[in-house]
Amino acid sequence: MEKVLMKGNEALAEAAIRAGCQCFFGYPITPQSELPAYLAREMPKRGRVFLQAESEVAAINMVYGAAGAGVRVMTSSSSPGISLKQEGISYLCGAELPCVIVNIMRGGPGLGDIQPAQSDYFQATRGGGHGDYRTIVLAPASVQELVDLVYDAFDLADMYRNPVLILGDGILGQMMEPVVFKERPARELPPKTWATTGKMGRQKPNVINSLYLDPVQLEEHNRKLQRKYQEIEEKEARWEVLNGDDAEYFVVAYGICARIAHAAVEMARQEGIKVGLIRPITLWPYPKKAFEEVISRAKAFLTVELSCGQMVEDVKLSVEGRVPVYFYGRTGGMVPTAEEIFEEIKKMRGHS
Amino acid sequence: MKVVFERPKSLQPTKTHYCPGCGHGTIHRLVAEVIDELGIQDKTIGVAPVGCAVLAYNYFDCDMQQAAHGRAPAVATGIKRALPDRVVFTYQGDGDLAAIGTAEIIHAAARSENITVVFVNNAIYGMTGGQMAPTTLIGQRTETSPYGRDPKLAGYPIRVCEMLATLDGPQFLARVELTDVKNINKAKCYIKKAFEIQLAGKGFSLVEILSPCPTNWGMKPADAIDWVKNEMVKVFPPGVFKEPKEGNV
Repeated sequence: MEKVLMKGNEALAEAAIRAGCQCFFGYPITPQSELPAYLAREMPKRGRVFLQAESEVAAINMVYGAAGAGVRVMTSSSSPGISLKQEGISYLCGAELPCVIVNIMRGGPGLGDIQPAQSDYFQATRGGGHGDYRTIVLAPASVQELVDLVYDAFDLADMYRNPVLILGDGILGQMMEPVVFKERPARELPPKTWATTGKMGRQKPNVINSLYLDPVQLEEHNRKLQRKYQEIEEKEARWEVLNGDDAEYFVVAYGICARIAHAAVEMARQEGIKVGLIRPITLWPYPKKAFEEVISRAKAFLTVELSCGQMVEDVKLSVEGRVPVYFYGRTGGMVPTAEEIFEEIKKMRGHS
Repeated sequence: MKVVFERPKSLQPTKTHYCPGCGHGTIHRLVAEVIDELGIQDKTIGVAPVGCAVLAYNYFDCDMQQAAHGRAPAVATGIKRALPDRVVFTYQGDGDLAAIGTAEIIHAAARSENITVVFVNNAIYGMTGGQMAPTTLIGQRTETSPYGRDPKLAGYPIRVCEMLATLDGPQFLARVELTDVKNINKAKCYIKKAFEIQLAGKGFSLVEILSPCPTNWGMKPADAIDWVKNEMVKVFPPGVFKEPKEGNV
């Protein structure tokens, strides 16, 4: 299979087309702008829809309309833009509409900067909009994984009738790496009999809606959503463990941060420190099982993030106080070096 | 026996929640009659707004999507771009379309999105209980302009048709008052024309209907109709603001 050198944002865009994305609606923001630019060039050539919306708010609502009409649809943005999309994401979850939303994160809060960050973790995994809802959150760590997870994202969205977030960061979006587009069949997916395509001979009209004025019905709807989220938690959690076989200490990191942390783990190994890396691939559902598998021999965990400490809460929830959990984070677009993380690994060992 | 009057096929056989004297029931019927007459029920997808008409999906017998406040034109854009051979309409009130959804309606019109917008203007927020709308008249008392709308404090009413008519995108823009049989028939003609423009692939069409809201205006239904006829039309003059150059569709 042909290996090509591509920028993360563009590779993701190409993968989306190959995964059957029929419509893209977006609004420019750095550092994800190459993604819509690529789709603006390529979608019309392949008979698909590219439309630059007047705002992030409009873009996510166009996604709502197209998702309701039964086609594969995607939008992309970066942190402040994703905040604007939250209203629509809540509606998409309420109406159970499948779509893919890409967040190439930058520093915040507010306008922040345009450098890489992971400080939208809470927003991505806890909802971000109003109401009790969850979105599936995938966290690639390389350009290749950015590509591979796009196919999964569309499948998961259709499978569960739920928005799927691809949570990358500015480095992943901007970096160039060799990548292979592995063609593969989609999962066996349920037919979209609920879509509003026009009745087209159907007896009853289909309605896409998130309004339930009767509280009994709304509670029922929420219970149904929660059952779905529980099923996703049971079936779809994904993670990777590196250097974990004999490890007593673990670094926990995702996305680009996991790549740097892995270099630090290798440095620690050379000094004889038995340390491994847990890399969550799904941030929701959070891979709690990864911790259960190692907890009996784990002495401590160190969470490393490009934030002031967000995923560390999920690590603590997974560890449940059984061993210490430490945190190291850089923020504002600053990225830790492997040496910095190595120092933190040594401190973790010193403490416990 | 010959049937001379019946429920349009495109309306569900159900009662609506609308207040006595409200214009929505009539306007729903007009839209449904047009859908029936054009024979497009099976390929029509409607978008319901937030506001009094939020439950429109319970009344129209065609596929429907319910949109967030003001976002119906964006939702309709998504549907139409995904399924260009279907007929897509939005049904929106003045709070929905002329306040929170101003950006969406202007840009859908500017793109000449091939959709039809039914815009119901009653100069007030209905569902939330009678607050000031962007279309509230100067001096009009509402829950949030209790001393009458003062332009120094709250600005001036927005004339949507006139504003959109400055754009190149819209193909058909018309305003009509829902006050008597003649004007109700005219409203239906405009709605039909708006749908025909979409069917011909010409682009964006919008019909603004000045409609009574007796409950929130604190008037008897008959007085509310008189108020539309005597006061609203002064600020929102009925007429056709834009139509395709060739004139007939």
